[in-house]
Amino acid sequence: MSSGEAATPLLSVKNVCKRFGGTQASRDLSLDLYPGEVLALAGDNGAGKSTLIKMISGVHQPDSGEILYKGETISRRTPHEVRDLGIETIYQDLALADNLDVGINIFLGRERMKRVLGLPVLDRKFMRTEAIGALKHLGIELDDLSMPVRYLSGGQRQAIAISRAVYWKAKVLIMDEPTAALGVPEQREVKDLIKRMQQEGVAIIFISHNLNDIFEVSDRIFVLERGRKAGERLIENTNEDEVVAMMMGRILDD
Amino acid sequence: MNSNREHAVKSEIPLTLKLLKLLTAAWSWLFLLFIIAFFEAWSWKVYGRTFFGNLYNVQSVLLTATQILMMALGLTFIIISAGIDLSIGFIAGLAAVTMAVVIRALPELHPALSFTLGITAGIGIALIPGIINGWLISRMKVPSFIGTLGMFGVTRGVAFLIAGGATVSIRNSVARDFGNGKVFDVIPIPVLVAIVITLIFHYILAHTRFGLYTYAMGGNIQSAIRAGVNTTRITFGIFMLSAFTAGMAGIFYTARFSAGAADAGEPILLNAVAAVFIGGASLTGGSGTIAGTVIGALIIAIIQFGLVFIGMPPFWQFITVGLVIIIAVLIDQSRANLARATMGAS
Ligand SMILES: Nc1ncnc2c1ncn2[C@@H]1O[C@H](COP(=O)(O)OP(=O)(O)OP(=O)(O)O)[C@@H](O)[C@H]1O
Ligand SMILES: [Mg+2]
Repeated sequence: MSSGEAATPLLSVKNVCKRFGGTQASRDLSLDLYPGEVLALAGDNGAGKSTLIKMISGVHQPDSGEILYKGETISRRTPHEVRDLGIETIYQDLALADNLDVGINIFLGRERMKRVLGLPVLDRKFMRTEAIGALKHLGIELDDLSMPVRYLSGGQRQAIAISRAVYWKAKVLIMDEPTAALGVPEQREVKDLIKRMQQEGVAIIFISHNLNDIFEVSDRIFVLERGRKAGERLIENTNEDEVVAMMMGRILDD
Repeated sequence: MNSNREHAVKSEIPLTLKLLKLLTAAWSWLFLLFIIAFFEAWSWKVYGRTFFGNLYNVQSVLLTATQILMMALGLTFIIISAGIDLSIGFIAGLAAVTMAVVIRALPELHPALSFTLGITAGIGIALIPGIINGWLISRMKVPSFIGTLGMFGVTRGVAFLIAGGATVSIRNSVARDFGNGKVFDVIPIPVLVAIVITLIFHYILAHTRFGLYTYAMGGNIQSAIRAGVNTTRITFGIFMLSAFTAGMAGIFYTARFSAGAADAGEPILLNAVAAVFIGGASLTGGSGTIAGTVIGALIIAIIQFGLVFIGMPPFWQFITVGLVIIIAVLIDQSRANLARATMGAS
């Protein structure tokens, strides 16, 4: 399922600029994301990849320009509001609560309560059962759901972060370097997960420094260079050399 | 949606890790049983009679444990959230002397009424340093060690000023009965009240969002914030809880001894901290339970009372409690180390 030019974009970034003190982290960036596509964001260190996704997820507000989701502006919303709209972001550090179990991690901030003797009580059993289902959906089985997630491997932790997005029916999933901290087999697992999410119609933006990963899983690549857009290509119309040249600023489209 | 991949990745958590998790949860229970057995055996061997079969001994141990537990309940929340509250010792003293001064100032009133007013004033004044702690740490982002160290000094000074430098004795039959009475001639009233408060604190910590967010903050404050946890509110709340239980400790003191002293809670502070850690809380925050803290308080109380009972010089209790704390910390460390070694995660 790749981006049909006729389809309407799910998410549109329109001419956003963002400056931090003396650094122009985003210069007039525009980008469209279509339902069910995987878009890779590439660029050298400090090119402005994280800044761009943080503006989408509501962590930063653009200085100018706007961001539209399903046709409505979201550039002034809080991270919480953006997430409730169905745009889930997984940061590089995953932001799991390491000392809590899988069920709680999927529900943290949106816990399920029940009543016992009239008192509100956390429904841990419900949350754990749902967690089993959500992980199974991604093809993962854990033998002990009561363990704090700190005891799990990097790939499993990544899967929990992703299954949180799946469980809450994210329409857009944004991942900042999801494979960076993982061993090779676990990178494989995460790439499989990205493919699965895509098959279910989720639109994905993922940041990576690894061109192999990018060429393997994405439909389209968007390259940044010192805050500017260096270029954008369908993956079948480009190759590593061209991408590297764009990253170095040797090719600038506009 | 066709979901299950045939080759689901099944993952096993190493057995050593599971055992260690069990051990961290269970060692304080085992230790409690061990020292109970130890003093019981000693008592039979040396005095030819039971130690824990004696109601008076049990009541004394429970009263000592109650004093420690009262201060340790609120502290459990704070240590789980990866903070510390050094001011609770003198918050207890502040509540104790304020209650005594108020009761003393109202000799004409019915003792039940002046007692009620005294408790209200004591708890009320205890909450003020709680509010200030909460404000400093949640709003002004002062590290809790420093913020509560400052309030340690302030409450200490104020408590001595209110007391006029000395112990404030009272004559109030209701207070005396509250501090020394026994339900059915068996259960000391302070113990009963402490049980009720403990159950409420257990409910808050284990079963409410507030408790869950306390754990989440202590484990990883960034993830808690990203999940939408209002960390300012939680921080403020736990320092209020801590001030409340410290205030209750002061109330119990004044009622029990018919006198309020500014330094009533000071010697208990370190025992309260110890009880929380012995109960399985981690130095880095994120773990601990009310049940664990209860066990910790019981262990310290039994050591204190038991050593006196078998005729050891009282200084031995410092050494023994100190050693138990070190064991608790070593167990916590070994768990963290093993987890890192086996899973490559921290
Ligand atoms: N909160 C901030 N305050 C000040 N400067 C910032 C902030 N966030 C980012 N920057 C700056 O903006 C520029 C772009 O940073 P950004 O994190 O978006 O880069 P990146 O492409 O994600 O890099 P990397 O690949 O290293 O993660 C950098 O020069 C960075 O120093
Ligand atoms: Mg980045």
